[in-house]
Amino acid sequence: MATLLEAPTTAGQKLRRIPKVAWGSPMTYVIAFLFVGICIGPVLYIIVGGFRTNAQITVDPSGMPSPWVIDNYLSVLGSGVFWRQVANSAVAGILTTVGVVALGLMVSFVLARYDFKLNGAMYSLFAAGLMFPMTVAITPLYILIRDLGLMNTVGGIVLPQIAFALPTTIIILVPFLRAIPKEIEEAAAIDGAGRIGFFFRMVVPLSLPGVITVGILAFVASWNSYMLPLFILNDELSYTLPLGVQAFASQYSVDTARVLAFTSLSMIPALIFFSLFERRIVGGLTGAVKG
Amino acid sequence: MTHSLGENSATVTTSPEGASVAGGGVQTPSPARRPWRGRKFDWRKTFEISLLSGPAIVVFLAFVIFPVFLAAYYGFFSWKGYGPPTEFVGLQNYLVIFRDSAFHEALLHNGYIVVLSLILQGPAAVALALLLNQRIRGRSIIRVLIFVPYVISEVIVGTGWSLMLQTSGAVNDLFEKMGLGFLAVDWLSDPDIALWSLMIIISWKYIGFAVILFLAGLQSIPEELSEAAAIDGASYWQIQRTITLPLLGPTLRIWAFLSIIGSLQLFDLVYIIWGQYVSATAGTSTMATYMVLNGRLAGNFGYGNAVAVVLFVISLVIALVYQRYVLRRDTEGALTEGKN
Repeated sequence: MATLLEAPTTAGQKLRRIPKVAWGSPMTYVIAFLFVGICIGPVLYIIVGGFRTNAQITVDPSGMPSPWVIDNYLSVLGSGVFWRQVANSAVAGILTTVGVVALGLMVSFVLARYDFKLNGAMYSLFAAGLMFPMTVAITPLYILIRDLGLMNTVGGIVLPQIAFALPTTIIILVPFLRAIPKEIEEAAAIDGAGRIGFFFRMVVPLSLPGVITVGILAFVASWNSYMLPLFILNDELSYTLPLGVQAFASQYSVDTARVLAFTSLSMIPALIFFSLFERRIVGGLTGAVKG
Repeated sequence: MTHSLGENSATVTTSPEGASVAGGGVQTPSPARRPWRGRKFDWRKTFEISLLSGPAIVVFLAFVIFPVFLAAYYGFFSWKGYGPPTEFVGLQNYLVIFRDSAFHEALLHNGYIVVLSLILQGPAAVALALLLNQRIRGRSIIRVLIFVPYVISEVIVGTGWSLMLQTSGAVNDLFEKMGLGFLAVDWLSDPDIALWSLMIIISWKYIGFAVILFLAGLQSIPEELSEAAAIDGASYWQIQRTITLPLLGPTLRIWAFLSIIGSLQLFDLVYIIWGQYVSATAGTSTMATYMVLNGRLAGNFGYGNAVAVVLFVISLVIALVYQRYVLRRDTEGALTEGKN
């Protein structure tokens, strides 16, 4: 296309400006910059605010730290409560991730590569779960978890989180597994591998990119999860970070600076994971949404 | 493909490529060696299917599907949550819900949130996606940064924004510094304003997701189309209006679906910012906060479950209607049928 456009010298003048920089590009940058500023401004307010003192915040709520103090961060990092909640969140996140990946990969393999009557119905069942976030089920779910004796336990939040993460997982993984060429499967069969052998030796390694995507999505969702822990975890010892942030914010409501420090420390893992795997997360989410 | 298998290929079910991968040393496989495509009832296949899909199905049925039926059952009882429910009240709970003005308000707020989310986020996100779809420097870092609000948790968003929006908070202070003191209002407790504050926070948190989604949609539109139109003399705006936007349609409709469902179920942000009791007086209560407040917190589990059923039915009806009339032409049921 490009070479075709360059060729006619008379028409070139008129055509060249259209596809590339059709718009006053400084304006583009100004708008993009403003939008980015709006998006990260509040996040920066939280992080930077943690470096101020309460006196600074009271006198000048929207100012910069002067001087910068790290006492708030140090006191949060030195508290056992914070680390206990980090540990609780990490355990819940890791167990959820492992569970989602294991169960999701197995069932996606069946849906992608076995021909059987109920295949379509099974897929529809899981896909229908996409339409219903946990809000609808939380009240009965709470009763169910309580009757199972899982209140205040990590199992009480991990099991429902696995269940609610399965639809997205399956929708992302099934196309991945379908894309593995038939020839590889047939070759494995001729070499004497059953389907299960094929699953462990070929499918698991080949689907690694998809597995990483769903794993990160599951971990971040668990790390950020609020409503389920709110219902299931009543004992402060079992609190995960989101509950901890809220409890801290109401307990130390006059100590704004420390609340900001606590809040910004609690978002670090999600931000790190996200910036490391941004492409996979975005690709996975948009892929899942588009079906 | 020049090995000994060739003459026997009629008895081998594999394709020629498959056979060549296996190597020349393979003798003709006996029929028993191709168990995956058995015509008869295949016990082994059934066993494998159950083994692999069983755990996921059990967990999914137990914690996603079963609770909905449980709610339908408990919703017919007046029940404090302990012991088996005994006091059957029929449709009493539902009658109370439909007569309760607090529920009407919550439903109305949900309606506002659904509509305002679409109006506030949709056009802005399309415009920003078109803007960022141009070849500009730093596009990848911009994509990362605008996605940050979506990635951090609702609790952080709620805590941060409620500190900023306090009457003596950073937002009002900033307005006064800029000489816009008249804009410094009581963002969180004035019932005329609080819902708009909520909408600002919701838009801030979720617009990045919309932009990223639309960008992905835009990038799947072949560039040749707009180039061809440009050669025919179409202006930038004509190209966007007649080519890009119609082709972005499927992405837009899926986004709208997700936004509507999310708005109907909104709980976290409202509950975190306005707490258990203030959301009703500030005019930001939603069906979900109503459910939690009047169900679990009031100890009326029968009633709470009935509200859950109402919320479920409303969401289901809207989802099905939307799928039937809006999404069907795009996806042919991709969300529910899955077979492509």
